[in-house]
Amino acid sequence: MSEKRNKTLLHCTVNGKERDDVVKDNMLVADYLREVVGITGTKIGCDGGECGCCTVLIDGVPQHACLRLTATCQDVEIETIEALAEQNRLSALQRGFHEKLGTQCGFCTPGMIMAAEGLLRENPSPSEDEIRQGLAANLCRCTGYIKIIEAVQFAIDELGSKGKAA
Amino acid sequence: MNEIKPTKSIGVPTPLVDGPEKVSGKAQYSADFMPSDYLVGRIFRSPVSHAEIINVDISAAQALPGVKAVITGDETDETFGILPVARFEYPLARDKVRYKGEPVACVAAVDVETAQKAVDLIKFKYKELPAYFTSQEAMAEGAVNIHDHRECNIEREVDYDLGEVDEGFEAADLVMEETFNCAEVAQSQMEPHAAIAEYDPTRDFMTIHASTQVPYYGHLMLAKVLKMEESQIRMIKPFVGGGFGCRTECLNVELICALVARAAGGTVRIVISREETFITHRGRPETDVEMKIGLTKDGVITAVDFKVIQRGGAFSGYGIVTILYAGGMVFGLYDLPAVRYKGLRVLTNTPPCGAMRGHGVTNVRYAFESLLEKMANKLSIDPIEIRRRNLLLGPKYETLNEMFINSYGLPECLDWVEKASNWKKRKGKMGSYKGIGIACGHYPSGASKPVNWSGEPHATVHLKLDWDGSITLLTGAPEIGQGSTTMATQCAAEVLGLDISRFQSLTSDSKFTPKDNGSYSSRVTYMVGNASIDAAINLKNILIDAAAKKLEAKPENIECLGEVYRAGTQDEGLTFNEVVKAALEGTGTITVKGNFDTLPESWGTKKYRGGAISGSMAYAYAAQVVEVSIDPDTFEITVDKVWAAQDVGKALNPLSVEGQIEGSVWMGMGQAISESTQFVNGLGITNSMLDYKVPTIIESPSIKVGIIESVDPHGPFGAKEAGETSLVCFIPALTNAIYDALGVRPLDLPVTPDRLMELVENSTTNKEAAE
Repeated sequence: MSEKRNKTLLHCTVNGKERDDVVKDNMLVADYLREVVGITGTKIGCDGGECGCCTVLIDGVPQHACLRLTATCQDVEIETIEALAEQNRLSALQRGFHEKLGTQCGFCTPGMIMAAEGLLRENPSPSEDEIRQGLAANLCRCTGYIKIIEAVQFAIDELGSKGKAA
Repeated sequence: MNEIKPTKSIGVPTPLVDGPEKVSGKAQYSADFMPSDYLVGRIFRSPVSHAEIINVDISAAQALPGVKAVITGDETDETFGILPVARFEYPLARDKVRYKGEPVACVAAVDVETAQKAVDLIKFKYKELPAYFTSQEAMAEGAVNIHDHRECNIEREVDYDLGEVDEGFEAADLVMEETFNCAEVAQSQMEPHAAIAEYDPTRDFMTIHASTQVPYYGHLMLAKVLKMEESQIRMIKPFVGGGFGCRTECLNVELICALVARAAGGTVRIVISREETFITHRGRPETDVEMKIGLTKDGVITAVDFKVIQRGGAFSGYGIVTILYAGGMVFGLYDLPAVRYKGLRVLTNTPPCGAMRGHGVTNVRYAFESLLEKMANKLSIDPIEIRRRNLLLGPKYETLNEMFINSYGLPECLDWVEKASNWKKRKGKMGSYKGIGIACGHYPSGASKPVNWSGEPHATVHLKLDWDGSITLLTGAPEIGQGSTTMATQCAAEVLGLDISRFQSLTSDSKFTPKDNGSYSSRVTYMVGNASIDAAINLKNILIDAAAKKLEAKPENIECLGEVYRAGTQDEGLTFNEVVKAALEGTGTITVKGNFDTLPESWGTKKYRGGAISGSMAYAYAAQVVEVSIDPDTFEITVDKVWAAQDVGKALNPLSVEGQIEGSVWMGMGQAISESTQFVNGLGITNSMLDYKVPTIIESPSIKVGIIESVDPHGPFGAKEAGETSLVCFIPALTNAIYDALGVRPLDLPVTPDRLMELVENSTTNKEAAE
């Protein structure tokens, strides 16, 4: 068995729920979410910081969950793909990725959507160039990105018209 | 009464039926299965490229607390491989290792730290042998054989000589030849390979989830290497994060996982790293092409002579098929009266190559389209015009290698890109450092002869109709993101006139779904689509009979309107649920099946050995125009815009067809300008997604898709291949555009800025020297 490792008592919020977990000091957020919290929507596609599949929001900012130690997440708020659907309805971004075929194999999709979510919270009406900049750290091997851009634009339109209606 | 119409599904842009799971994070991929008691599997890999194994000492690893099993090549003496004629690979090396990173041993332990520590305790003793990293080194005189049964390290030599080639060149007004080199490339799919094997010792039963495109072939190989009955294995393919051919054959990952799970008597999960995924490889081989073409002064092709050398890596994989495709698929795009081919598939001490998207076809088409363009320039014939002068004279058309061509939308593809790109006004007039280029391509819709000839149909689909009025589509066809489940559902829904919401699906679980050969060579839409149609027709006939009985009418007088079955326009008829109730009376739940088989006319030629490869029921065609800008200082290439027309026969799901074409154009762009797997003394130096450079969203161009529908007479509703052909076109269209921009023609791939700068500098120097 491996020797005892240093551990931290972590208090944080994951998808709106407060948690207290004892985590190994070398545990990455991606592994914490998948193995401790038990939500596997966040994917791991590379050996660290290359592909963006594990992008989550930490205090509202998109970050690679494979590059952040869990023990540094004291009192932070983590949001993952599982949090986006509201009242059993897919979010505008999720609908965009589904209806516009912004997802094919789907492996990059959770990270891609979370990166887009972070972008739209910061800038609700980004230009196409700004969308490209916002998603530049996320690789996709299926789509050629065209329908990903259209999916984000679909969400911008949906959210924009909702805003106007309100 | 209101007009009642069956619901249309075919030709309707349809989001994928499994899309909601993917966008919500609910979709489970192989690495997402983590039962509470699983053990972590870690692989010990060869540190050398070629060596005799003297000893693998696992005693210290076994003694480590927390280690449940350590296995080596002693675990099984059975080989695996995709082709029955070339199964020479062991899950874990025995006697010899043949490439750096080849699996030698595997540990199963309680956690990842323990597993890694155990791997570090394995002592590997070996005697190094000479290693060869290029085709030329491996074929050189005196080179030792990497496999005893393959002399001179040649896996397969292919020769054919069809038509009067020498006479063809004599009749030509212009003969030119050129040599091209295409770097090895990898799929770099987003999901690293993963498997989870659950062995139940009390039943001697193995259940395995694996990231694969071919669960049936995996199942066969599992039974072989485990020496278990096939019926004692359940193979499940969950969601898969991309294929592109990297999982088109059974990989060592799933075999090792099952072997170590059995040794440990429990459940083992192996998720390999990105680096290991690159080492597992199965990408497109480095290819040298020598291409020679003869043309009349009017640009009509009189003869072709070409030679292809592929650096295949340490094991065959699909290699024999790849070198045969490289030869056979030169036919079928243009009218070729005489062709001579020599192909060499070479074994080297690098990771084994495989069947990457555009399998066997891509690099040869690049060479052909580049040289044809060069010759068109020499003859002052417009590049689109020269292609028009060489079109097939059909359909119906049979090539010298007896391809079965019944639909041919290439002329319409050319028309579309010419108009959409405003070709006539822009070609050669783009200004400095800007250019446009064109190229064409084609690809089969599945191989007409399967890898494992069993006498069974090529595809079988089941439809289960139950008391609740829902229909479950059961197919072994592996959904890997290409939309196959949506396609099969649309086909059945269209026949029955029902909305696809009435359907559920269950795919690729050997316990429930009918066998399917897998998702490769663009076979699924054509074959599984047809099987789905056949199944739906069988179900519809049962429902019509039931409705006829209930309505006291003759079956031939029953009109099926999807949600309503009636005996005439005045008849109120029965609702679908009423018909289902009537059909189930006395028989219960109904399961029907549908099959698809290929026609013998499509099985290729017997004129040369291996001529069956390239035989397909139909071929998709494409033409593409690429617009490019070159930075005058850095020679960085920017692809500004692409016009991609593809004849897909019939776009069953236009949304998905667009997605496939965009994705394949883009993947072709990666190979053209940035991607290559590189080795230094056999060590991969591009085994990360930062070093293996796939294009990001920043440099990805706008792609205009033109869907051309030639309606193939045998395709499902006329459909053909949609996901590979456009990749093939991009590369030569780009280099032709670069020629238009700079007046230099790149020959070697990828066309990186440094290579392009060197080309331009050399051409300037040569011009100055000439002056």
